[in-house]
Amino acid sequence: MKSLFSAFVAPVETELRTVYRTEENAGGQTVRRKIRFFRPDYKFVRNDTESELIVSALNVHIKDNHILKDVNLTIPEKKITCIIGPSGCGKTTLLKTLNRLTDSVEGVKITGKIFINGEDIINSGSEITRIRRKMGLISQRPCPLPMSIFDNVAYGCRIHGIRNRRKLRMIVKHYLDAAGLWDEVKDRLRTPAVRLSIGQQQRLCLARSLAVEPQFILADEATSALDPISSKIIEELFVKLKQNYSIVMVTHTLRQALRIADHVVFMYLGEIIETGSADYVFNNPQHELTKKYLSGAFS
Amino acid sequence: MKFKFLEEKIFKMLMIAATLTVFAFVISIVYTIAEKGWNAMSWSMISKLPGGGFYIGKEGGFLNAIVGSLYIVGASTVLGLMISIPVVFYLTVYLKKRSKTAYIARIAYDVLFGIPSIVYGAFGFTIMIYFGLRTSLLGGIIVVTLLIIPIFIRSMDEVARQFPRDILDAAYSLGATRFETIRVVLRQIAPGIATATLLSVGRAIGDAASVMFTAGYTDSIPSSLSQPAATLPLAVFFQLSSPIKEVQDRAYAAALVLTIIVLALSISGRFITNRFSKNKLQ
Repeated sequence: MKSLFSAFVAPVETELRTVYRTEENAGGQTVRRKIRFFRPDYKFVRNDTESELIVSALNVHIKDNHILKDVNLTIPEKKITCIIGPSGCGKTTLLKTLNRLTDSVEGVKITGKIFINGEDIINSGSEITRIRRKMGLISQRPCPLPMSIFDNVAYGCRIHGIRNRRKLRMIVKHYLDAAGLWDEVKDRLRTPAVRLSIGQQQRLCLARSLAVEPQFILADEATSALDPISSKIIEELFVKLKQNYSIVMVTHTLRQALRIADHVVFMYLGEIIETGSADYVFNNPQHELTKKYLSGAFS
Repeated sequence: MKFKFLEEKIFKMLMIAATLTVFAFVISIVYTIAEKGWNAMSWSMISKLPGGGFYIGKEGGFLNAIVGSLYIVGASTVLGLMISIPVVFYLTVYLKKRSKTAYIARIAYDVLFGIPSIVYGAFGFTIMIYFGLRTSLLGGIIVVTLLIIPIFIRSMDEVARQFPRDILDAAYSLGATRFETIRVVLRQIAPGIATATLLSVGRAIGDAASVMFTAGYTDSIPSSLSQPAATLPLAVFFQLSSPIKEVQDRAYAAALVLTIIVLALSISGRFITNRFSKNKLQ
């Protein structure tokens, strides 16, 4: 009878997903808790599949300027990778090339390959929206969409075809919670997002990016516009989130990189000078330029 | 006293004087119209159609002109929005900042913006003769739409040019196509749309030259698009050129109604603009 019935009714798109969250228990110890999360659709890729990002021989020219010179890079999975270097060395361009936001820049020419899970996103002509959805971008200045808090988080889901209100409410709650914002805004979800403080706006942007289930989080100096307390909250969030996402972070403050980086990429004038695990690069830099930069000779 | 403080004082006075002069203009215009029109104003003026001897001072009203004006303005505002929003969206989102197409398009809209309304009227008239149409509501609507489209585009584009590219990048990075950003773009430029609508409605309802040859004039309310329609500015024009005093006063009554409609629209428009701009990212 049941099978007969289900032949006529489309299967409900549901999926149980497991996410991990670190929390402090009553004794002050940190415990890693497993949360079963009801993800009401499977339009989105599962997060626990491997996420692999390889940049190979990437060259970016904007007009006559050679911005990125022969960049080769592997982003480690589920770790925080910090890209450091002096200003104007192409950190932001590299980040924007990773989700092809450079497409809208005038006079840009990109050669080379970027593989995401084995798929070349520069040359293969794959769907640009699908690629971008996998890469959540947090910009330098928080940039909420001109709509309510709820709609900000729901926007991404709506454009990917989730219109059911109950599902949307569930998704919005979950991701606002993941960005540590739910308790602060749960009573005013309908107010415009611009009314939030700038630190809250940045967390809202994070929630909005997470809501479309990216595999990577690209953060472009995500804390540089924020006050120390807000940036500390964001940093802590990143540390929590690396259990489920691979995070690529451009940062200008060396101390931030020291605090949270697992993996460091040092760039200078469009080239990658040194890359390696944070411990290794910070304590034992191989290259002369890296030594100088870390000692504060230039910034 | 030092010269620079004196200078400061003198110029401040001049600025205040200029501000007050403009204010005085508004007051005197409204006062003149109200004073002259108030006597002729009555309920039957705005609720009745012109009777047989209306234009020689007998009974009737100018409901035909009020309804005709509202028909034309309402329809052309909707049409104008339907045409100009896609234009502005295309210019903002699809074309690059220094694109040649956008540059040429903007010059074209500036030229259209500067064309006097009588030229639009004459142009519409020629076209209608070519197609063998008579003066009609439809003709009026089309010509007034042509008249206000440049206003729409110009004033929306002013706001859209300030559009923060970060918002687009944010929407793109969520996986939106360029078209899907329309929800975001519209909300951000909503105050601009409201202002543009106000300006256009104000211009459209007060314009006599463009509707004179295209919409014509009639004593009845048009019941289809192919019938001619009366408009308030023309009602003012025709009655003011009459030698009879009562009819001239009625012209001022019509002008008063026109002014009140425009005033009501701008005041409500301010409220609506404030409502719309609450989501706007600064």
